[in-house]
Amino acid sequence: MELLQLLLYGCVLGSIVALGAVGVSLTFGILGFANFAHGDLMALGAYVAFLVYVQLALPFWVAVPLAMAVTALVAIAFDRVLFRRFRTRAPVILLISSFGVALILRSAIQLIWGPETLLYVTDLQIAERWLGLRYHERQLWIVGGTVLLVVLLHLFLAHTRPGQAMRAMADNPTLARLCGIDTERVVLWTWVLGGGLAAFAGIGLAMDTRLQPDMGWFILLAVFAAAILGGIGKPYGAIVGGYVIGIVMEFSTVVLPANYKPVVPFAIMVAMLLFRPTGLFAGRST
Amino acid sequence: MTLLRLEELVGGYGEADILHGVSLQVAVDEIVVIVGPNGAGKSTAMKAVFGLVRIRGGRLLLHGEDIAGLGTVDIVKRGVGFVPQTENVFPTLTVDENLAMGSFLRPERVARQRERVLELFTPLREKRRLPAGTLSGGQRQMVAMGRALMLEPSLLLLDEPTAGLSPRYVGQIFEIVRDVRASGVAVLMVEQNAKQALAAADRGYVLATGRNRFTGKGSELLADRDVAQAFLGG
Repeated sequence: MELLQLLLYGCVLGSIVALGAVGVSLTFGILGFANFAHGDLMALGAYVAFLVYVQLALPFWVAVPLAMAVTALVAIAFDRVLFRRFRTRAPVILLISSFGVALILRSAIQLIWGPETLLYVTDLQIAERWLGLRYHERQLWIVGGTVLLVVLLHLFLAHTRPGQAMRAMADNPTLARLCGIDTERVVLWTWVLGGGLAAFAGIGLAMDTRLQPDMGWFILLAVFAAAILGGIGKPYGAIVGGYVIGIVMEFSTVVLPANYKPVVPFAIMVAMLLFRPTGLFAGRST
Repeated sequence: MTLLRLEELVGGYGEADILHGVSLQVAVDEIVVIVGPNGAGKSTAMKAVFGLVRIRGGRLLLHGEDIAGLGTVDIVKRGVGFVPQTENVFPTLTVDENLAMGSFLRPERVARQRERVLELFTPLREKRRLPAGTLSGGQRQMVAMGRALMLEPSLLLLDEPTAGLSPRYVGQIFEIVRDVRASGVAVLMVEQNAKQALAAADRGYVLATGRNRFTGKGSELLADRDVAQAFLGG
């Protein structure tokens, strides 16, 4: 029973990590660099939702899509003023500048919303019970929303023109250009998806725990571990990687003290880089 | 009628020139082959057509229009298809999707044109839903050529289409090149399999150190003793 309970919690955490990892994987696949600002984009999404839902007192179903849109726009803005300039440079330049973006975002969040911990809902929430499992309604929303977004993402990538162009560019950017694909437009779509999904993941994280300016920074390691586990650059792999990381993190509390939980993705990442650096699903393509 | 004409083309990558005055032409309904030793500038001449080489002298004419300095997409739009030597498919996309990418600029024509391409490359028919990365080298080459034919080009550029293929596939590729020409598309190809390529060609150019060395009908070059001794291994 206890293990089932942990599996449920693992799926909640896994949903959050998976959505974050998809964004990291897409950005890596299309733009070729590891975006260290991705965790802070997640945090930004969570705080924008706080602004709309708590400070402006609008309904939550307004806050979520609005936060996703704002985060996507911020990501695009950083691309236009910063990342685009370094597009033809070495990936390490982009990686370092993404560090800078991460710091800018985190400081901006602290400046606007302050350093203290915030909550979407302050009244005490009592867990519901079902077949002996404890759960909160919000956790079902996180998992359900993630499943919906993953299905939508799949439909987008598999069946729409921009989605196919995105996969083509991740596969072979030179050939994509030979086909007449507008690569800058693909980059735009990448930030729309990456930013939007990051915002939803950040909101989920804030619902499941609380809002803190450095929340994105602390989840980033798990997100990167999931992206690497799934074979970086492969969005579907990143989703599986996210759930594996989330579930293993929760299960680790059976044998390790709970405050060691953040170390688990790090250990998985090191093990992966040592033994299977191309990810769990390597070998499908050349 | 001349489709493509290079006149005394000089150019290269960065500062160094690789082409020191290369001239060649491709007419409608022709298969033209460029052969020559390594470093002769064969692939560079082809890439120059695609705006991938810095051109510093001479002229580059397509349908009589000077296309030097145009970007890759503009040249694709003017009816030239290009199949690079390596990394010429999208490995995780299915065969169908690879072909659809070839017609990305004209999505309304994908279905009809894909049917025509599959007529040409019948072995691909049963692999349509497989990722291109899982196919054999020869089939991958077919996907690459099929992709380039999706936009109904008037000229197809092939950079060593038989490199690394087993002899069985080499013959098949040359057969397909003839079929492509029969369907009304001119072909300009760079080849290492010089003898087979010249046998298939209407016209051949032998390049060496970035200059024209011999020019003639494919069969004439094959029969030419000087060419044979210098470039075809006797």
